[in-house]
Amino acid sequence: MKRRFTFSLGVLVLAAMPLAFAQSGSLHLPKTVEAGSAFSIQSTGSGKAVLYIVGPGQVLRRSVQLGEAVSFASGDLHNAGHYLTVLVSDSSTEDGSFDVTAAHEPAALSFLAKPSRIAVDSRDGISGVVYVFDAFQNLVLTPTHVSFQLSGVAGSAQTRTVLTRNGVAWTKMNSAAKEGSGQFVAQVGTATGTRVIQQVPGDPCGLRISVQPSGQRLAVQTDPVRDCSGNVVPDGTIVTFTETYNGSESTVDAPLKQGVARAEMPAYNGAKISVATGVVLGNEIRWGRE
Amino acid sequence: MKSPMFIAGLVVAATFVFGADQPAVRVAPTDSVGPRALEAQTKAAVVRDYLQAWGSLSRAFEQNQADILDADFVGVAKEKLEGTIREQVKLGIQTRYRDGSHDLKLVFYSPEGLSIQLLDTVEYDVQIVDHEKVLTTQHVRARYVAVLTPTEVRWKVRIFQAEPE
Repeated sequence: MKRRFTFSLGVLVLAAMPLAFAQSGSLHLPKTVEAGSAFSIQSTGSGKAVLYIVGPGQVLRRSVQLGEAVSFASGDLHNAGHYLTVLVSDSSTEDGSFDVTAAHEPAALSFLAKPSRIAVDSRDGISGVVYVFDAFQNLVLTPTHVSFQLSGVAGSAQTRTVLTRNGVAWTKMNSAAKEGSGQFVAQVGTATGTRVIQQVPGDPCGLRISVQPSGQRLAVQTDPVRDCSGNVVPDGTIVTFTETYNGSESTVDAPLKQGVARAEMPAYNGAKISVATGVVLGNEIRWGRE
Repeated sequence: MKSPMFIAGLVVAATFVFGADQPAVRVAPTDSVGPRALEAQTKAAVVRDYLQAWGSLSRAFEQNQADILDADFVGVAKEKLEGTIREQVKLGIQTRYRDGSHDLKLVFYSPEGLSIQLLDTVEYDVQIVDHEKVLTTQHVRARYVAVLTPTEVRWKVRIFQAEPE
């Protein structure tokens, strides 16, 4: 009889243990939560406790009635990252963790386009880099299509669509053959970014001079200076005329005015006169006879 | 007489404080980081500055002083971390982050050289303290995505975000 009583008491104690454990409180945590979305965490047990949600991105503390769900409204937890949870009740402390991921919907982008000024006809000369963010400035790490378009100058627009990798997409574009402002646009969903790329003439192409007597001197001038695509090289570009005679050399720097550079040089019979601008050499003329 | 719990707490706290050795760091070989070649010197500078940023984060969160972040963080990353420190101050909470190891991989260097992205599988301990009372110490393994941008003298962290492994 006594043995039966002891056994029954043991069963009673064992049956009561899960109840005691439940009273200490625990949480059913989600594995992941989308940033900014409403969610709830179900608690078990009874009594009061304090829930901490802690990460480098945010810290929250909530009073909890164990056995009830703890609700978080939209926007309460909006920074993506790894979060630790601690549920502290009078009798116990329970740890956990979960992840907050960026919202799937891209809402903003960071668009870096370089350079802002480039010579025409430069292959892969323009680069664009896009980082994709959600509405809470979290980097969207799920692969997302980004479209790049360079347009605004004569000729058809260049278009590329690139899939992000770790939240970033990049591309390279050619500058147009004609000078002018280009619109470089990146788009992800409804988010767009626009940058203006100034496409300027390239190096002169086929630089040529002619020489005419001008009193006791020589009048030297270039033909209209253009790049290889026919764009007029900007006024102010310096052209250097060089005259070589009898082992001596003299140079004159002259800016382009209305596409032409002019200079006067001594008229030595047999002198060689040449022209250059930047790294481009033009023709050479021998004046008179030796 | 002090309670065994109190003594155990002191031991844990002491371990936490004195166990703050340099983290183990492994950097994966970078065969290709996208459109721009990555020089060894740049790579070393980025890794050095990123690890220093973890040190700043640790001090800033433990001392609840957001200005400690200034040297190593800019932009969105800095704003978010500063916001968390403000929340900690408001709630009377401190967090102690101790990074134990970093497994780094540089994955993207932008064509104009103005941003570099790395992935870090990091292991760290976090101690959560509420009004001087240590609530818990947890060991964490997480994967961080970081984007660094060059400033006058160093690389600074502009994006700093953990993602599920």
